[in-house]
Parts: sequence; C-alpha cells; structure tokens
Amino acid sequence: MPIEKFIKIQSSAVPVDIENIDTDQIIPARFLKAIERKGFGNNLFRDWRYDKSNNIISSFPLNQVKYSGQILIGGKNFGSGSSREHAAWALYDYGFKVVVSSFFADIFKGNALNNGLLPVQVTSAELSEIFETIDADTQATFTVDLVHETFTIDNSEKVIDFEINPYKKECLLNGYDDIDYLLSLKKEIEIFESKERYG
Amino acid sequence: MSQPTTLFDKIWDGHTVKSIEYGPSVLYIDRHYIHEVTSPVAFLGLEKRGLNVANPQKTTATPDHNIPTQDQHLSIQDILSRNQVDMLMKNCKNHNIPLYGLNHKWQGIVHVIGPELGLTKPGMTIVCGDSHTSTHGAFGCVAFGIGTSEVEMVLGTQCIMQPKPKKMRIKIDGILSKGVTAKDIALYIISQISTSGGTGYFIEYAGSAIEGLTMEGRMTLCNMSIESGARGGLIAPDQTTFDYLSERQFSPKNKKWEDAITKWALLKTDEDASFDKEYLFHAQDIEPMITFGTNPGMGTGVTGHIPLTASLAEGERVTYEKSLQYMGFNDGDKLQGKSIDYVFVGSCTNGRIEDLREFAHFIKGKKKADNITAWIVPGSKQVEAQAQEEGLIAVMEAAGFKLRQPGCSACLAMNDDKIPAGKYAVSTSNRNFEGRQGPGARTLLASPLVAAACAISGKITDPREYLN
Repeated sequence: MPIEKFIKIQSSAVPVDIENIDTDQIIPARFLKAIERKGFGNNLFRDWRYDKSNNIISSFPLNQVKYSGQILIGGKNFGSGSSREHAAWALYDYGFKVVVSSFFADIFKGNALNNGLLPVQVTSAELSEIFETIDADTQATFTVDLVHETFTIDNSEKVIDFEINPYKKECLLNGYDDIDYLLSLKKEIEIFESKERYG
Repeated sequence: MSQPTTLFDKIWDGHTVKSIEYGPSVLYIDRHYIHEVTSPVAFLGLEKRGLNVANPQKTTATPDHNIPTQDQHLSIQDILSRNQVDMLMKNCKNHNIPLYGLNHKWQGIVHVIGPELGLTKPGMTIVCGDSHTSTHGAFGCVAFGIGTSEVEMVLGTQCIMQPKPKKMRIKIDGILSKGVTAKDIALYIISQISTSGGTGYFIEYAGSAIEGLTMEGRMTLCNMSIESGARGGLIAPDQTTFDYLSERQFSPKNKKWEDAITKWALLKTDEDASFDKEYLFHAQDIEPMITFGTNPGMGTGVTGHIPLTASLAEGERVTYEKSLQYMGFNDGDKLQGKSIDYVFVGSCTNGRIEDLREFAHFIKGKKKADNITAWIVPGSKQVEAQAQEEGLIAVMEAAGFKLRQPGCSACLAMNDDKIPAGKYAVSTSNRNFEGRQGPGARTLLASPLVAAACAISGKITDPREYLN
C-alpha cells in the first residue's frame, strides 16, 4: 500500500540516550502475535516504560511530560538485532516520523524507510549536540527537510546535512512503495527467471 | 581477462535483474522461507492489492517461533499464537505454498529444516522474515533476513529491492583447541569487532579453521553474522558441503547431482579479488566463550573477568553500567563459579543434531545439578528422530535431562518457555538482549559444550576441566 508522504516536519523531540537499542527493546517478542498491523504503539519500549507490575517507570523519557514530539533521538547503533518490522510499525504508530542516531542497523533502516519513518544519520558530535540542546530546552524544536536533506536545530539555526538514497527519497516524497515499482518490472523479471544461474 | 570477483559478487550480480542508478538492486530470490510471525501482514497486503503469490514452489513454510515445545499433538493453548499458526495454514492453503505444519515429520525451526531438507543449495539467494536467515550462508548462499514489507515484495514478485552491501572477509587460520567450537568463534569475532562492526557489510568467512568446520558448525557461525551487524555471512562450498547435501530430500539426484556439484565447485572468491574490509584471527587465541552483558559483543573467555568500566571509552560507560546492572554483575567480577539457574540448548544457532550430540556426549554418565532447570529443544522433528535413533535421548534421560519438542522456544520466549525475571540462563541461542528470554531474564550466551558443563556443575564452568 502506498506509504504516507514525507516532505518536511518541524517538531520537538524525545531523547533516549542509550546505545545499541535493539528491536527487542523497541517491541518485545511477546507483542508480535498480531495478524494485523495495528496497535503496536501501545507496546513501544514496553519493558522500559512499564515495570513487571505494569507500573509506569517515570524516569523513562517517553513517560516524562516534558518530552514530546514526532522525532525520537536514540544512541549509537539504533535498531540492531531482530528483523521484526513491528519495531518500525510501533515507532510510527506511537507518533514518531523521524528517528535520529549516529548509526543505524541495516535491516531496521530498510524497514523504517518502507513505512515512511525517516532515519536521519548524524555524526556522533552532532548527536551529542542534539542531546545537549534538548537537555537545555526540552521543548526545543528541530526541522527535518527531506527535499534539502537537512536537519536543523532551530534554536541555534545550526543546519546538519544528512544523506538518503535518491531512490528512497523519491519514494518518501511521493508516497511510493517498492512493490508498485517491482510490479512494473513484471516482464523483465519473467525474462530473468527463464535464464540459467547458480542455485 | 575479467576482473577478479568475490563469491558474494558472483551470486549477487548473477541475481540482479536490474540496477537502479544510485539506488538499490532488484534482486531475484531463489528461495523464500516463511513462518507464522512475520508473514500474516504480508499476505494481508497481497490480498489488498489483489495479488497472488508469484512462485509458491519457491516458498517454504513452517511454524516455529511461537509454538509450544510440549504436547504439540494438542491444540495450542495460547489463543494469539494459535491464531497466527492457523493464519499461516490458511494463507499457505490459499496460495498453494508447501507447509510443514505442527506434527509433520519435517517441521522445525525454519533455518534448521531448509538445509536438512536440501532446499538450501549453493549459489542461491535466500530470504526470510527473520534476521537469522544468515544461517544459510554456510552453503555458499547470499541469505539474509528481511522485514514484512519485503516478505510481501518477494511473495508478490519473487524479487526484492536491496542496496548492495560492502564486502568483508574474516579469515581464521589455525586449528581450534579442544573444547572450542564454532559458537566460540562467532562470540569471539563479535567481541572483537562489536555488534555494529559488520553493519553495512556482507561477510565471507575463510581460512583453515573455517574449512575444518562441519556444516553444522558453519551454520552456527553464519547464523551469528547478524549479531555483528552484518546482513549475512557466507562460506565457499566444498566437499564438506556436498557431502552434507548428498541424498537430502530435495537435493538433485543422479546425473543432475553430478552437474550440480560441478557447477557449485566454481563458487569461490577469485585469488586477487578485493574486499572493503579484512580481518585475520588465529584459532589458537580462541577460548570457550561466554557473554556477561546485554548484547552479544559483551563476551569473554569463560575463564575471564568482566572488563572494568574504566577501561571503556567515556561515551560508552553509561550503557555498559546499565547493562551490568541489569545482569546483576559488577565490573571486574570473575565469571567462573557464578551460580546459574537455567540451561537452554536449542535455537537456529545450536539446535542441530551435532549440538545435541556434543551436549549428550559431555553429560553422559554425569548428573544434572539440582539447582538447574534445563530445557533441551531440538531444532526440528528430524533432529528429534535422529537423537532418538542415536540413543541421545536415553543418555540425556539417564543424566536427568528431558528432550522437548522442536521450536524456537526460549530463544525469544514467544511461547511458554520463558526464563523468570532475575534468573540466570546459560543459553546456546543468539541474543542476550534485555528481556529476550522473558521479562527480566538474564542470558549468558555460550556453546552447547559450555552449557553442558554449566548444567552439570550448576555454575559457570570451563568445559575443558572435564575434557581429557
């Protein structure tokens, strides 16, 4: 199905300054039993948001009213581990449109892009600066401009360039998905299929 | 003369239907494995688009992630799990996809049954909505895990869009010491290059220590490639590969077999081919390994100590301390001798017949420690049957262990096999993330041999103490 278009957003951000946030933390396996794609946001970071008796863990940033917005800022190596696309679904369903980190795991990055969730990779120095900005002003806003591939810290007007594959950029700007494109290649795939190859 | 190329390039380029300038490749997929958890939404997507499965015979299904490992002949008690398994059956029936369901003699963990049925063959491109699809690289395949949108793509078109990864070669030369296995190689590599060291790369494993591994060992190693961040890892096929595949259910037969091995023998990296990154490790530097933290890179030799927080870069210390706090450990602690509660042997990493053999041979004539709850879970019905035939089940029962029924089980605790909060489990699986084996569970990853030694002594133990 077509994904939601992404062009530009301005929003405050939620900081989760932890490295190696794996997809088991983003959405624990016991919540993967649905047969439809809905409601995953309720269980986003479940075991970091709630303790075993289902009490809210007030120190976790998602539970702190001072933090809000459509941008999640995560530590280095975000989205490692399991290939579960439910991680991207849970983030998106919760209301995030952008995840910023200094390093993303490959499968997570692909899953995010396939769902209209934009991964923005910055340097570790820039990531620290973003965390510091939110530390100083929890409602600080950021502008993410996909057309120009820029992430702006609005308070300081600092502009950070980020990169995105041109094909994926086109998809996000227009709300296209890969399957539409692959279906348009039907003939070429059939010709390829009839050729001999390894395996 | 053509440019020297790597094995990875040969397979990837040979399956590229089309390359988009500055964009991903359109890659043709030879085999698609599916299971109950990551496929239902993909089938729903197909239906919404009014599409059929492009190539049902190139798709193979089995339930494994959420199924119980006891009383499989009864209806699944957990309603949500049962719904997912029923949905898989319904989707496979509607789309004519071969399914090895619960109680079928070929059912099992998807990455165990593919190779043992001979469905995985050298030179193939293989995907599955599961990150441990990298396992199949052991046969000289480009095999990697995908998300559900991509499962839908492959079901609908037999193709996937993927940016081509960079190439890494990890060579391990020399001979492994006694008590050191493929799992230890995997945990050693990740402890050296970290859980993000492989991100953006596809790994080729090479060197004499790799060539000396059995197919089961190669699968364990390639399986853990994803834990270094790499999309996959592969090993050039050789006589060991051909011997394993010979006479499997779906292996080519007679003249076709002869033709196949002639073709497969060409699958290797050219002498002067270049890689984007290379590592060389020495087999004799590798000890039996165990992890102490909450990612697979936090591992050390079983005789080692937990590294001091002060020895880490300043930026890494907060995450490191959080991890040790979760595990209930202090930096500087010696691991050997720490008491544990559970032992889990199984998963797509170490649930094959060779793993059960190693475990059984080790515990033969010994007794399970009283403080240990042990879950020994075969990777498939065929592994279970072979364990019975070889007398391994009897050996285990005499030592106080019971073999459960096949499934992913406590590796990710989607079924009832959950390690209770705060308890320590030495596990032969692949991930020690917080809560991976159940909320609050504390996982220590290790080989089946280390797990066996721990199960006998009730604490973290070096298996070499028992080996002579």
